[in-house]
Amino acid sequence: MNIISEVGINSYLWLAAILFSIGVMGVLFRRNAIIILMCIELMLNAVNILFVAFSVMHNNPAGQIMVFFIMAVAAAEVAVGLAILILMYRNMGSVDIDTMKKLKW
Amino acid sequence: MDSLIVLLIPLLPLIGFIISGTLNKQANHTLINGLTCGSVFVSFLLSVILFYQLQSGSAPISYKLLNWIYVGALKLDLSFTVDALSSIMLLIITGIGFLIHVYSTGYMHDEPDYARFFSYLNLFVFFMLLLVMGNNFVVMFVGWEGVGLCSYLLIGFWFKNNAYNDAAKKAFVMNRIGDLGFLIGMFLILNKFGSLNYQTVFDLASHAATNDPTITVICICLFIGALGKSAQIPLYTWLPDAMAGPTPVSALIHAATMVTAGIYMIVRTNVLYTLSPDAGFLVAVMGVATALFAATIGLKQNDIKKVLAYSTVSQLGYMFAALGVGAYETGMFHVITHAFFKALLFLCAGSVIHAMSGEQDIRSMGGLRKKLPITHITFFIGTLAISGFPPFSGFFSKDEILAKVHEYNGGFMLFTILAITSVITAFYMFRLYWLTFWGNFRGNSHQASHLHESPKSITIPLILLAVFAASAGLIGLPHLFHAPHLLNNFLAPVIINAPTLEASASFEIALIVVSLIVLALVTYITYQIYVAKARIPVADADEKGISKWVANKYYIDELYNALITQPLQAVSTFANNYIEKYVIDGTVNSFRWLTNTGSLLIRQIQTGSIGLYIFGIVIGIICMFVFKFYLA
Repeated sequence: MNIISEVGINSYLWLAAILFSIGVMGVLFRRNAIIILMCIELMLNAVNILFVAFSVMHNNPAGQIMVFFIMAVAAAEVAVGLAILILMYRNMGSVDIDTMKKLKW
Repeated sequence: MDSLIVLLIPLLPLIGFIISGTLNKQANHTLINGLTCGSVFVSFLLSVILFYQLQSGSAPISYKLLNWIYVGALKLDLSFTVDALSSIMLLIITGIGFLIHVYSTGYMHDEPDYARFFSYLNLFVFFMLLLVMGNNFVVMFVGWEGVGLCSYLLIGFWFKNNAYNDAAKKAFVMNRIGDLGFLIGMFLILNKFGSLNYQTVFDLASHAATNDPTITVICICLFIGALGKSAQIPLYTWLPDAMAGPTPVSALIHAATMVTAGIYMIVRTNVLYTLSPDAGFLVAVMGVATALFAATIGLKQNDIKKVLAYSTVSQLGYMFAALGVGAYETGMFHVITHAFFKALLFLCAGSVIHAMSGEQDIRSMGGLRKKLPITHITFFIGTLAISGFPPFSGFFSKDEILAKVHEYNGGFMLFTILAITSVITAFYMFRLYWLTFWGNFRGNSHQASHLHESPKSITIPLILLAVFAASAGLIGLPHLFHAPHLLNNFLAPVIINAPTLEASASFEIALIVVSLIVLALVTYITYQIYVAKARIPVADADEKGISKWVANKYYIDELYNALITQPLQAVSTFANNYIEKYVIDGTVNSFRWLTNTGSLLIRQIQTGSIGLYIFGIVIGIICMFVFKFYLA
């Protein structure tokens, strides 16, 4: 029973594209570092959806294995990212990325 | 075993150099003496062993250390060969070198930089041995440059005196001019014969045609190298200045060994010179001209070492005259006898300077024979030897040169000049002798109270050298005596195809008789002038006319200064003030300006705003997609 034949690959592509775009826009326009981190997760998951969808469509489990890798890396990334955020908050009293402008010439 | 000896001979002085070179100023003198003199002495003993093997008919002994330069068709080994010619040079270098090392232990006793001096001396012996033992031109060249370096280091040994440093630099630069000739000669040999190995080159050359223009050019190039190293016109001016070095150095490097490297090289390449009579004639003419020219300058010098320096230049001219006419053995004969008597004379001069508390001007000496009896006798023997009094060594070698030059086709003019030169030689040597050792003492009272004979470490080498200076002529008796010419027989395997020049017995007798009469006359005249009438040379400022011209060495140094040094300095001043300042510095500075200005613009982008960076990343990714899917 193939799920692709019932819903169609296009829907998955649209879903992934919309999720990815929301992520990109969030990263671009939100100033709150936590939100930015969440948007990055959103982009990663958009990609995950594509992987899974194509994996089923082509009947090739390699795409699903890739998803697990991405999830593990994303978890690690969030751990590091949140640690940085905590330190940032302790030092600056805020998680607004516009307050972090010291690294320049 | 034999080949091991060949390796050990240069290795020992090198070890002596390395160890004594690492010692500091507080190092024990006995240790340094044992190390440096000992290494040269052992090398001397080993050289004697090799000499006897060759003497008893052994083939040349070789030792190959390693494959050195293997590039394409060029195959050069770092290897040594001792044949008859090298063996004689080995005996001179290590034998006289050892005596001079011993002498130096006395002469340099109060020198604070004792270890440095002896390490340089050992390094010199090492390079000189390399020069004469190599079995190809490149090893010889390494030694050739090495002895030049040691000469530089030792002339400028007392480097706190700027004049000495200038003399050292002058010697080095003059030698470099000659070295360029040597290098070009080597390249031409490689081009013509495809090898730089002596054996290969000489085998090929012995079948080459006479008067081949390439060979003539090769010979002239090599001769230019010899001109520099052996201080001949026009590159001779460094040698008199080199007397700035300590006196043992003048004796070892600038009289007995290094300056004869040029003669060694020409004797080594005698096959090539025999093929090119034109180059040979050039060598003879230059030699004769230098002999006369330097001897005349020697007449008016008042510094005891300067007189001997010009005499060295003049005697080297004799050797080149012999080589030029093709009498290679005779040239070597004079190298040997000259090494003995000139080393002796320099060491005696050192002993005199030592006694005179550093005074070198013969106008302040006089009457030293009573205070310095051993130095006096040995100096007298040296004077007799260099003037050519029979049966002292200089007589045999110089008369052989005169006879050979006389037999040379068209050599009568050269013979006449050389004969006149030998009279001049006797004149300035006796002038030096009478003024130094006879008459009344002319120095100050401080010097008078200090006058003393030198210690045993100085007098024993003097006595040994005097014995050899007196007797070394016996290895080359003229035909007249119907005794075998030991040196010619020994050297015969090395000299290939050279023309035979034999003077008739009657000519040899005439030469002996005439030279005896003339020498006796010169001795009498100089005695009359400088002792009986006590005519002391006038102060430099009082010289007039021709004699002023001669006393100032014909103003050759000034001429070189005006013709070469000044224009070169003008060019370099111009280059420094304009090319360096505007072109080179300008180019570098404009790059600096470009980087500065460029980075000033570019670094505006680095704002520190993370949002902007992310925007940049997204734009970049979009650009990549657009490029990938729509443009490519």
